[in-house]
Order: sequence, then structure tokens, then C-alpha cells
Amino acid sequence: MNALQQYIDLYDASREFIEQQSPALLNTLRREARERLASARLPRKGSEDYEASDLEAVFAHDYGVNVNRLPFDADPSEAFHCDVPNMSTCLYYTSNDAFHSSATAERNIGKVVVEPFSMAAVDYPELMASYYGKLANMDDPTVALNTLLVQDGLFIYVPDGVIAERPVQLVNIFNAALDMMVHRRILIIVGKNAAIKLLACDHTQSPDYQYLNNQVIEIVAMQGSTVDYYDMEESTPKTNRVSSIYVDQHEGSNVLIDGITLTNGFTRNNYHVEVNGEHAETHLLGMTIASGEQHVDSHTFISHNAPRCHSNEMFKYVLNDNAVGAFAGKILVQPNCPRVEAYQGNRNLCSAPTAKMYTKPQLEIYTDDVMCSHGSAVGQLDEEALFYMRTRGIGLEEARRLLMQAFVADVIDGVRLDALKDRLHYLVEKRFAGTLSSCAGCLAACRSND
Amino acid sequence: MKENEKPEKGNQIIEEAAQAEYKYGFVTDIETEVIPKGLDEDVVRRISALKGEPEWLLEFRLKAYRHWLTLKAPTWGHVHVPEIDYQAISYYAAPRQLKKGGVEDIDPELKKTFDKLGIPLEEQLRLSGMAVDAVMDSVSVKTTYRERLAELGVIFCSISEAVKDYPDLVRKYLGKVVPYTDNFYAALNSAVFSDGSFVYIPKGVRCPMELSTYFRINAAQTGQFERTLIVADDDAYVSYLEGCTAPMRDENQLHAAIVEIIVEDRAEVKYSTVQNWYPGDKDGKGGIYNLVTKRGLCRGDHSKLSWTQVETGSAITWKYPSCVLKGDHSVGEFYSVALTNNWQEADTGTKMIHLGKNSTSTIVSKGISAGHSQNSYRGMVKIAPKATGCRNFTQCDSLLLSDTSGAHTFPVIEVGNDTSVVEHEATTSKINEDQIFYCNQRGISTEDAVGLIVNGYAKEVMAKLPMEFAVEAQKLLSISLEGSVG
Repeated sequence: MNALQQYIDLYDASREFIEQQSPALLNTLRREARERLASARLPRKGSEDYEASDLEAVFAHDYGVNVNRLPFDADPSEAFHCDVPNMSTCLYYTSNDAFHSSATAERNIGKVVVEPFSMAAVDYPELMASYYGKLANMDDPTVALNTLLVQDGLFIYVPDGVIAERPVQLVNIFNAALDMMVHRRILIIVGKNAAIKLLACDHTQSPDYQYLNNQVIEIVAMQGSTVDYYDMEESTPKTNRVSSIYVDQHEGSNVLIDGITLTNGFTRNNYHVEVNGEHAETHLLGMTIASGEQHVDSHTFISHNAPRCHSNEMFKYVLNDNAVGAFAGKILVQPNCPRVEAYQGNRNLCSAPTAKMYTKPQLEIYTDDVMCSHGSAVGQLDEEALFYMRTRGIGLEEARRLLMQAFVADVIDGVRLDALKDRLHYLVEKRFAGTLSSCAGCLAACRSND
Repeated sequence: MKENEKPEKGNQIIEEAAQAEYKYGFVTDIETEVIPKGLDEDVVRRISALKGEPEWLLEFRLKAYRHWLTLKAPTWGHVHVPEIDYQAISYYAAPRQLKKGGVEDIDPELKKTFDKLGIPLEEQLRLSGMAVDAVMDSVSVKTTYRERLAELGVIFCSISEAVKDYPDLVRKYLGKVVPYTDNFYAALNSAVFSDGSFVYIPKGVRCPMELSTYFRINAAQTGQFERTLIVADDDAYVSYLEGCTAPMRDENQLHAAIVEIIVEDRAEVKYSTVQNWYPGDKDGKGGIYNLVTKRGLCRGDHSKLSWTQVETGSAITWKYPSCVLKGDHSVGEFYSVALTNNWQEADTGTKMIHLGKNSTSTIVSKGISAGHSQNSYRGMVKIAPKATGCRNFTQCDSLLLSDTSGAHTFPVIEVGNDTSVVEHEATTSKINEDQIFYCNQRGISTEDAVGLIVNGYAKEVMAKLPMEFAVEAQKLLSISLEGSVG
């Protein structure tokens, strides 16, 4: 069986239609993608780098693909439920794979450009041509599939020296009357000494249908730039996602990516960072709270291609019920890259007998003058700490919750936006209390609990 | 200026180290009987016939050979094994003299060989109180102390003798821990294995001396495929040592061995290796390909298996001594120092498969890379869903002594329940210049300082080696390292 075949057939059948409705630039890579896919197979469970995840099974389901670009009604007001108190953002939302901006966003964005590919192809043809599809690696069949079927995307450009005053918030909403697969694509170019903070959150409005989000995000961080990308998944057990983020870092750039998964079905996050300039700093943070049948697999790769860079990774998982967590991280230090400091940590709590954790932290070092380490642990809450709290009159459940919150706190504290930090602490507290996972849609319910 | 001086000195010392000679690179000039190169069913039959084996063993070999034909050499290791022409290797080589005279009149040249190796088979051994089985090329040359061990019921002999004298025991255990279907090299070994050691410790016996096997490849263009089988019955204890050397030759030679260990209730086996096969010259020419499958099954409750290895030799090492912890409360340990220099490549580590409740395992791995070498730790800790209350601690550190070497860590952890705790830590760094400076200040040369630091770094593992081996291992480390850094 080859799950990719149905999508290749779809492309072959409606190629002209797809190409007509897309900016010409997107069509230039389709041919290569089609060739790659002809011999590609989606990885099965147990294959290298996919020890816990069966992509073939995830893609095998018969999803609809919106080739005709039919508009789906999404309630944009839903997006406002994701409001972070005490923080004003420029809000954009995606309904499936179509991008929209809110009325308030454009007024406040200043010199930062946020627009769909269809507009960017006209406004910034050179930038689009130089960077679109240049980082994403089509050896990965999911990336090739995205490139084959993508019809639009979001282009974010921060010109040299521009510091975005307000964070850009992107709310992704799934809403369809059938099982659906979308191909989201984001290209982020942050110019020299520019800075931007991005918040993305995934939500599902119609929880009865099964979704698959196959997204590719390319981030170019120029010399001296700062990029924060916060990615929160708060969807439904029937919403699956394969997300690949590719980052190209230049000298002195500072990139923080924080992926938080609270509710989902199957998720595979790929982070691929190429550190190409000296004194660049990379922070990768991840937090997963999973219960039920949730499946979260994060795969990171940081390649230090220049001397004197610094990278720091921390991924934490709290697994309950039948949840499956997986983490694989590789730090690569290329030859002749002295004074690289790279740290990687993965800490996991298995709090149910049937929860499973797979972890594979890796170091590949070809230069001697480096300081690299990784640490990984799978365990449970400290019995003595629980006992201590109970002797002070805190109930068992409450004590467990407090300890679990403390366990994930350092990932949240890595967030470089105070208001968002507070919000995340609050959401995590809710999640542990079990109230969040029960609400359909997104933060609407928790907002009403405020 | 000072900064400029340092690397220069470093280079000089590295050069010296690169020229440090392989001490065991002599060839013994004795007549050997070698069967023609090539591998097919007839060769397998011939090996079996030469050794006068029973029908069931020939069947086992043939099955393994047929299975091997269906396999491809694994490529996942972080080593570059060139394509090996399996038809260009001779699969059986035996010192000819043996056949005529038997063990009592060992060829004097052979005796000298083992003297040079520091393995005197006679008096010195009695003094050191160690029983030795020496395997040269394909054949076990001599086993000492057999009678004394026999009084206690301990069987320690070559595996060919064991096949003749204790066929039931061998048949019961052979291929049970490492089946011939396990991997490419295990299938090859199962088809053509020539000799090796067999150890059986009966119930309740604590083996009074350390058992030791010395492996030596002597003949050119041969491969060595030995097979070791150790069985410790209930409440037994044995400490087993293995050492290996080979002559310096320009061509590469293949060594594909299997070690199987079975540990029953409350028994304990300690397996120590000092691997010093010829690593090739400073340009990476020649050397042994050491592609070995080692695995132990802790079958009984409260059983314990401890692997300790010091790996300094071989052009390529591909070796993962593993423990299957089947018994409840069983214990697995793995202590390793792997040193690579020049163009050596080592991909070594362990697997700890926890199947029994409350089983525990400890992994300590220290890698040292110098020259242009690549040194990898690859390991797996797997906790089965029913193996509750398990505990694992893993620490693997890498020390880089040159900017052209590489150190890599590839661990895999799978935890299937909520009562087990697994920890893994790894660090990679070079020797702190402050530490060397501190030693320099106190009149210790840079070379000695490096030796001190490296020995301190590896001490945790060295402490696990039996005394006789620890001395040798420490010497080996300093020979292989002699001033590799500045």
C-alpha cells in the first residue's frame, strides 16, 4: 500500500486546475516534487527516525483536498477567543488553508509585511523567488507533498532594522463539513537587525471531522535578527498534523521556537535548524501534555555550521492514559566549528501504566573545542515530594497537579513575552485540571471560565 | 605568542603519538594449515568435517549459511566498512604442528608468541592463578588449569572439545541467545565459526580463578570467527577475561565473533575485554575489522551480568555487548572505554532490554577520540510494558583530543510503563586547558598531564576490570594515547 498514491493521482488529475489557481512561483517546484514523490514512500512505524510514528497510516485515510479553493465559512470571531490578556497583537487567521487578516491587524502592523503568497508574488517577487522552497528539504515526502499541492501560503517579511512593535498572531482554524487535509505554507524572512514575535495557534471548529494539517514553515533569520515563534496546538483528538519547520540562521541571529501541544490527535513536529553564522543563538523549547490517545512526536536537528554558536533545547512531556510521546534530537557540530556550546534536554513524566515514551537524544561532533551535552530522563513524580505536600494538608490530586505544573514551568518560562507566559501558565493549569480538553473548539470555553 | 606555541607543541606530540608503534604487530613464523579462500556450502561442510562435528552442528551451520545468503551487510553504523569480498577470505587456519603433537608439545614459536603477548601458558600462569584458553587463528591452542577446574565441575575448554565431550550442553545453549538469524555477521559466524571457548559453571560453584581467553590472528588473509559460550547455572559465579591481538599487515582482516552468555537464578557473570587488535597504521592502512555480536541473557531471577570493555584496537569496531534482563530483579552492567586514534572508527555501545520486573541496569561509556578517528556510542534501553519498577542509569562522555576527530552519541530509550525510571546523560568536550595549565604549573609535562586526566576520566571503568587486566589496560591506554594532545 502506498498512501501517497491517492494524492499523486489527485494532482495528476487536476494539475491544470491547481496551477491555474496558484501564484506562478508555487508551480515551479511542483514538477520536482512530483518526481520525488514517484519513488518516495511515507515512513512506517519503526523505521529510522520514525520509531513511534506511522505516517503511512496517518496519510492513508481518505481526506478531501480543497483543490477548487472553495471558501469555507469560519467564524473569525472565534479567533478573538485566543486573545491573550494584557497583550495586543496583530491578528490574522487561516480558515483551513486560506489566509485572512482582521480589520485591526493591517492598521497596526507598521512596516512589517504579512500577506498571502498570491499578493507577495506581486509585491515581493524577488524575495519570494529567492527563498520559497529553498530551505525545505523535499527528501522528506511530507514536504514534497506539501510542495506538490500547496496553492497559497503566508508571507511574512520584516525589512532590515524594523522591530515589530506588536506580536503577530496567527490563528489557524479548521472548519469543514468533511474529512479534510490542508497544506499550509509559511515563509518568514526577518531582515538584518530586525525583530518579530509570532504566535500561532491551531484550533478545530468542527470536531466531528478528521483533519490532517501537513504544514511547512521556512524561517530565514538574517544577521543580527531576532525571531520568536510560539506554536500552540489546541485542537481535537481527530486533528492530526505533520509540521516541518526549517530555519536558516545568519550571524548573530537569535531564534526561539516554542512548540506547545495541549490537545491533538497525531502530531509530528520536525524542527530543522541550520546555524550558518557565528554568534548565532538557537532556543528550541517544547512541551506536551497528552492524555487519551494523543500522540506527539518531536524531531529536532540543529546543525552548527559556524564557530561560536550557542544552542539550547528543552522538551518536556507529561503522558497519561494511552498517550504516546516521542522525542528525537540531534545536535551536529561540523568540522572547524570551535567554541560551539550546545545543550539538549528531554524530560518526561509517564503517569499511567499504558503511556509510552520513546526518546533518542543524539550528538554528532566533529570539532574538539566544544561543550555539548544532552540529558534524557523518563520517570514519575517524586514520591517524597508528594508525601511532603500531603503532610501539609494538600490532597493527592492537587499535589500531583502542582508538581506537574512545576515540572513544565521552565519550558513556559523560556517564553520571551510576559503576558503570553502568564497565559500559558494559566492554560496549563487548566489543562492539568482537565477542564480544557473537554471544551470543543478552542479557548472559548476557558475564556468563559475566566 | 603563548597561544601560538600551544598548538605547535600539540602537533608535535600528536605526531609522536601517531608514530607510536603497535607493540603486538609481530608475525609468528609457524606453519599453518589454511583451507583455500572462498565460501560456499562445501567450505562449511569441510570446516565441520575438519573439526569432526556431529550432524546437528553441521545442520546448524548450513542453516545459518543459507540464511546469511539472504542478508545484506548492515550500513546503519557510523563506520565505513568497505565492501568485503567474502570469497577472498580463508575461513579456517590452524597451526599445523598441533595436529601432530597435541597440546603437550606446543610449537616453540607459538609458545614464544604467547610469551611476547604476556600470556605465558606455563609457570607464570600458575603464579598469577589464572586459567587461560588461547585461540590462535581458528584453533584453540591450549587450555591451562583444566584439571583443577574439573574438580569443581567447572568446564573450561575450547568449543570444539565441548562439542565432542559435552554435546548435550552445547546443543542446549548454542544459538539460544544470539540466533543465527540475528544479524549479517552473526549468521556468517554461525556458518563458519572455527573455535572459541566454552565455560560451564555448575550450580552453586564460585569459580576460584579468573578464566581467560587470548585471541590471536596470525595467518594472513584469514578471517577469525570464534564463538564463546558461557553458562552460569544457579548461584554460580565466574569472571571471564578476553584479550586479543593481531600482527601488523597492510590488508584488512575480518574478525566476526559471537559471545553468548546465559545467567541463571542468582548467578553472576563478569565479562571483561581488552580489545587490542591491530588498528592499522597512521595513514589508516590495514587493521582488523572487528564486527562482533555479544549478548547475555539474564534468565534467572536476581541474576547479574557485567560487561567491561577497553577498546583500543581495530580499524573498525562494531560491537554492542547487550543484556536481556529476563529474570525479575536481574542486573545488567556495561562499562566501556573506547579509544580511537589515527583513522580508527568505533561504533560501540550496549542494549539493555528489561523484561523482568524490578530489573536494573547501569551504563557507563567513556569515549576518547584522537587523530582523525570517529568514535560513537550507540545504545538502547528498552523497558517492556510488563517490566515494572525498572531502573536504568546511563552516562556516556566523550573526550575529543583533536579537531579532526569526531565523537557521537546515539542512544535510544523506550519506556513502556509508569513505574520505571530511565536516565541518560551525555557530554562531549575537550580537555580543559586550565587543568593542563594547572599540571604544567606544578612541573608535570603536558603529555603526562593528558595521561593523568585521561586515566582519571577512564578510572570509573578501569576500576571494574580485574586487577591483572586493569594493569594491562592502563598500559594500553597510555601507549595508544602517548601524548595525543597538547
